[in-house]
Amino acid sequence: MWRDAVLVAGKDLRIEARSRVATNQVAPFAVLVLILFAVALDADRRMLEQAAAGLLWVAVLLSTLLAVHRAQGVESAEGTGDALRLSGLDPAGIFLGKAAAVAVQLLALEVLLGVGVVVLYDIDPAGLGTLALTAGAATVGLAAAGTLYGVLATRSRVRETLLPLLVLPVVAPVLIAATRASEAALAGDPLGAASQWLALLGVFAVMYVGFGVVAFGPLMEET
Amino acid sequence: MTNRTGTASALTLSLGLAAALALGGTVALGLSLPATVEQGEYSRLIAIHPGLAWASYLAFGVTAAASALWLWPRTRSPRSDLVAGSSAEIGVVFTALTLATGSIWGRPTWGVWWVWDARLTLSALMLALYLGYLALRRVPAPVDVRARRSAIAALLAVAVVPVNHFAVEWWRTLHQGRSLAQTTPGNDLDGIFVGVMLLGFLAMTLVYCWLLVHRVRVARLEDRLDEQSLAVALDERRREAVLAP
Repeated sequence: MWRDAVLVAGKDLRIEARSRVATNQVAPFAVLVLILFAVALDADRRMLEQAAAGLLWVAVLLSTLLAVHRAQGVESAEGTGDALRLSGLDPAGIFLGKAAAVAVQLLALEVLLGVGVVVLYDIDPAGLGTLALTAGAATVGLAAAGTLYGVLATRSRVRETLLPLLVLPVVAPVLIAATRASEAALAGDPLGAASQWLALLGVFAVMYVGFGVVAFGPLMEET
Repeated sequence: MTNRTGTASALTLSLGLAAALALGGTVALGLSLPATVEQGEYSRLIAIHPGLAWASYLAFGVTAAASALWLWPRTRSPRSDLVAGSSAEIGVVFTALTLATGSIWGRPTWGVWWVWDARLTLSALMLALYLGYLALRRVPAPVDVRARRSAIAALLAVAVVPVNHFAVEWWRTLHQGRSLAQTTPGNDLDGIFVGVMLLGFLAMTLVYCWLLVHRVRVARLEDRLDEQSLAVALDERRREAVLAP
């Protein structure tokens, strides 16, 4: 399973590295969202500072949709999804691999958005350890949930519109918890204030990775 | 049963009558409730609002149970899938009504139509979650594929409810405690209010059951139409071909 996961993750990341969709389209989109927030809030520096954590995570959430969409898109074109099924790889491994590839892209994006928030919204970076923990736990959860719902919605003609409706209500706790944990970290609170939220992010991540490992096989068979 | 073309039966008739009676009783008694000091006329919404919320939980619970039954190979039957889908549809209606009645009550009491309180946020998220589930069910697919896909989605949805619950609970809490927790003696909810509220629970449960039986039967007819329409059309074309010289 682990070997298969590494294979699939490597394949997906190589596709992204060569096609440059993530770097040329998803990353600029995420930064654009940050800029649009600033425009919508009238570049009110105090308000931007207060809302920075939430805005950052909303941008991450929107980018997750794009990344998941892309990860499923490469499988639905040219029958590659069928080839993947016929390859004899463990479905759990395929799930972990695809989720890991999405997670790696999201982590890179979060670093970029973090820098963007510091530069554009004038935030003092503080509590970097807590922020890293938050980003890690939230990313695993987002990637796992996104990948799972991605395959649910795949092969349907309404995939573009169905995926956000399925994923966004599900990842709402990630948005809440990651925002609160980031706020606590930025406010310079010790780990204690964020620990409750980190625990929730952890539970979410474990739950969706577990679900994905179990449910991905049956879901792949049918599509 | 196999050649049934309508969805009414002795069961639905009696269920429907009971539901109508209970609902009528709830409305009549609810309207006769005295206005309270703090909430004035709006306190009467207690007759229907908690009942609606309860029925939506019941509906989503039945969806989850039916989905689990479908996924378990020994208990798998097409009927479980239809029950799951039908129950989710009714649950969405009840959740929407819960939010609407809550909003109507919130406007005079809290001064706003909506507050970002834990319960309200959770209900709104649940509504979105099950709207997504219903959208997934509408994606054209063979019956078996649709059943497996939606059963997994239903279990995922039900699993995320507790997580959402904790998230929004820690995030904000303004809504009063659970309605049923206030029925213990010595509490400030008067006996007559509690009685009408419980009657509301019964009425909404009966309405839910009645709707569910009908909806499942309609769903089965829909599936049969899907299966048979192609065969019927083919048959007609064939007969035309024979008639042609």
